[in-house]
Amino acid sequence: MTAVEARPEQTNEIGRDRRRKEDARLITGRTRWTDNINLPGMLHLAMVRSPFAHARITGIDTSAAEESEGVVTVLAAKDFDETLGVCINAWPITPDQKTPAHPPIASDRVAFAGEIVAVVAARSAAAARDAAEMVEVDYEELPAVVSLEEAVKDEVLAHPDLGTNKSALWVFDSAQAGTGGSVDEAISAARTDGIVLERTYRQQRLIPAFMEPRSVVCDPTGEQITVWSATQIPHILRFAFAATTGVPESKIRVIAPDVGGGFGGKLQQTPEEMIVFALARRLGKPVKYTETRSESLLSAHHGRDQIQKLTLSATKDGQVTGLKVELDANLGAYVAIVGGGVPVLGAFMFNAIYKFPAYQFNCQTVFTNTTWTDAYRGAGRPEATYAIERLMDELAAEVGVDPLAIREKNWIKHEEFPFTTIAGLTYDSGNYEAATAKAKELFGYDELRREQAERRANNDPVQLGIGISTFTEMCGLAPSRVLGSLDYGAGGWEHAQVRLTPTGKVEVITGASAHGQGHETAFSQIVADRLGVPFEDVEVLHGDTQIAAKGYDTYGSRSLVVGGEALVRAADKVLEKAKPIAAHLLEASVDDLEFTGGRWTVRGTDQGMSIGELSTAVFAAHNLPDGVEANLDSEATFDPENFNFPHGTHLCAMEVDTETGQVKMRKYVCCDDIGNIINPLIVAGQVHGGLVQGIAQALWEDAVYDEAGTLVAGSFVDYLLPTAADTISFEIDHTTSPATTNTLGTKGVGEAGTIASTPAVVNAVVDALRPLGVHDVTMPCTPERVWRAINEGSAGGETTGAAAAHFDQSTGMSGNVDRTEGDVQ
Amino acid sequence: MARISMRVDGMKVTDDVEPRTLLVQYLREGLGKTGTVIGCDTSNCGACTVHLDGDSVKSCNVLAVQADGCEVTTIEGLADTVEGDLHPVQEAFRECHGLQCGFCTPGMIMQSVDLLKRNPQPSEDEIREGIEGNLCRCTGYHNIVRAVQYASGHLATAASPRGATEEVDAL
Repeated sequence: MTAVEARPEQTNEIGRDRRRKEDARLITGRTRWTDNINLPGMLHLAMVRSPFAHARITGIDTSAAEESEGVVTVLAAKDFDETLGVCINAWPITPDQKTPAHPPIASDRVAFAGEIVAVVAARSAAAARDAAEMVEVDYEELPAVVSLEEAVKDEVLAHPDLGTNKSALWVFDSAQAGTGGSVDEAISAARTDGIVLERTYRQQRLIPAFMEPRSVVCDPTGEQITVWSATQIPHILRFAFAATTGVPESKIRVIAPDVGGGFGGKLQQTPEEMIVFALARRLGKPVKYTETRSESLLSAHHGRDQIQKLTLSATKDGQVTGLKVELDANLGAYVAIVGGGVPVLGAFMFNAIYKFPAYQFNCQTVFTNTTWTDAYRGAGRPEATYAIERLMDELAAEVGVDPLAIREKNWIKHEEFPFTTIAGLTYDSGNYEAATAKAKELFGYDELRREQAERRANNDPVQLGIGISTFTEMCGLAPSRVLGSLDYGAGGWEHAQVRLTPTGKVEVITGASAHGQGHETAFSQIVADRLGVPFEDVEVLHGDTQIAAKGYDTYGSRSLVVGGEALVRAADKVLEKAKPIAAHLLEASVDDLEFTGGRWTVRGTDQGMSIGELSTAVFAAHNLPDGVEANLDSEATFDPENFNFPHGTHLCAMEVDTETGQVKMRKYVCCDDIGNIINPLIVAGQVHGGLVQGIAQALWEDAVYDEAGTLVAGSFVDYLLPTAADTISFEIDHTTSPATTNTLGTKGVGEAGTIASTPAVVNAVVDALRPLGVHDVTMPCTPERVWRAINEGSAGGETTGAAAAHFDQSTGMSGNVDRTEGDVQ
Repeated sequence: MARISMRVDGMKVTDDVEPRTLLVQYLREGLGKTGTVIGCDTSNCGACTVHLDGDSVKSCNVLAVQADGCEVTTIEGLADTVEGDLHPVQEAFRECHGLQCGFCTPGMIMQSVDLLKRNPQPSEDEIREGIEGNLCRCTGYHNIVRAVQYASGHLATAASPRGATEEVDAL
């Protein structure tokens, strides 16, 4: 027997801070990023992109480019037929949603700056880029609508043919849905005898800014067309290729090799992917396209960009009686794959951890001549959490109590779980009291409040603010039936296979597609425990539609809570299949068998057999029970019955210099309840990274456009990704209320930090300044905005001019785009 | 075309390159040193950081011809990985979970090695300032800072997952 024995020591793998299996390659540069792939005869693409936000294309002259050295072909939209395919919207949020056609290459009109108008194929990437600059495109500039505020007026239209900028209006009303009362009645009652807060918050536009620029390679030279893409969604991408190009799925293999981050930004079917697929088929050669960072910032989808008009009613002592949300959400120029579904995901989260008797949510999605928007870490839920957590602070200030007290007054108590919310979701478990108590202690809440009081009393120029965010989120996307009821075009299950090799190793195949999350490590831990095999003997395979044939990929904090459960079920099926074979080989009754530590033993004897030995015996198949197939491999598809509801209490201390407007983070503490933890080290990493992305929305990042629709934050010089010097070390802890809807009791953690941290930071900045009459600072809270909030009594206003400093005509600079009158190259 | 010669990860190479070729392009496309990656086009992200005659540089900010006659070390030559050896800083990143997607990691490790060479016992602030030119989108930098502390011997235990950095007087 060569089979590997069951591991000798029975320590649980789940809960261990295992170092990651993934890291050995990543720390030594032995990586396979898509751009690393080079194939014989490979051609390279460069895109010609519109410098105008809205223009008619009146002519394209490719002759000079075609004569450039090394160029194979230069193509515009007219050179393609329907086999180019289209970019799809998988979630029309209403039956009458307006959805303009989105061809990968614009033919007669461009609708945002960065849209592709032509493509060059050449021997090298450099030759392709050289030639792309020689393509002469004549544009007739059209009026562009850039901001949400302008777009909703319907004066300038992003797509004149549609006759409006309004795409869809999605409404949830608790009175209509039967989950609660009428919000208008609650508000009118509060106007006469209670508190009504009316606030407008802006969720600025953000850019996911994954570190690996998107890249796609297509090799058409085999029977299957193979596509490598830096994507989060190889399975969905394969579906989109098949559904829109006419090539059957069986002829398409999509591989997501090493993928350098996504954060929702690689949850897309991109024009670039469609163009590479079409060019490879047309030319019969492998084709590669890798975007530059500037192209990525300009044309990969953006996130957030909402204006939230909020009306909250409460009794005089701070019991919330109703919440009305009127949301305008900027789709950009096209409805992306999830598109308007992103703000709709937020619809279920504005009520957060609270018991509201009445709720109404109205979401108007709107077109502008800007880059399309879609999922970015949290996707709808950070926006909702920001709104309600800012409002709870405002309510506390109005009532004159500690912001934690107002939350406690309104939140769901731990003995009330499971709890069905006003938005119609059933929260399975949670304990807001416990998480808050632990966070307060870790933070030194009372002491910091004392210091704050001292600084206020002393008129210290540097004031201290304490910000709170008691968030929850819905993740583990998603129960397929619920998605169906919301008109989403696909399901939300996940698939897994567990295979045993002849030598007793375990291969795990998952439909989730990791891009930095550490699935190989965490999933190995789960299977090692389930089958009683060593951690090292489990190999996790993913991200290739020919290996992991079924799957819905990775986003929405779903991989563990949906994909992990599929894995558990597949592993359990292996054991079910193995048991009669073990009984046969051990010459015992099935009823006398016990399975512990990876071994079947016969009760009351010293006879036993490991799963590895059994695997070898099944491989040989010399002695199996009659009618039993020689195969232990098993698969499972798990469709969750409910979403998954992590929560936590985040506390942030900010120092605000009232003379300069400079803010500085002093301390950040969080206590998250994410149920049972598979690998605490990986969880901590997810929390840290999530926190910084959320903090960055509060303080730094802003995808600013000028009035003409030029992205002025179109490089890493201008789009302020935080650095190590901008950030601090965090203190994180956990309470544990296991989820009741999956076997492992786990909850998602990928998005939690981002969802929670933004309001904690802004609440802290506002808290520091409240005695100065400030009750809001617009994000990002730049020193300029904070200073203005202090000195002008506004929320800080627009700082577009400051962001666009080097686009100022007086300096003679115009960024990357030639904005001179007339024809433009 | 311009003729250049250099030693890259111990290997002597001579090639004709277009004068405009960036060092990172030469490393990746000319030599197949794909462990070094390109993350931006404005020299902000540091993903392409290598050592040029022992000092860290962003290889997108150096022309290949400028490296003529130089010694270049990339992430692939930092330790004898054929033998399975890891440089202490590589080991520290693994130990402290200082990476997630891993795309910034080669540059981040090369910069950290350079930082520790100049300042073997950096404080947390000095570490944060020292790697400021390298962007990471996954980790929030928390565990990268810990990894550098660990490599400097400043951290007694590797990664206790929770809590701020627990510094000790190791030396």
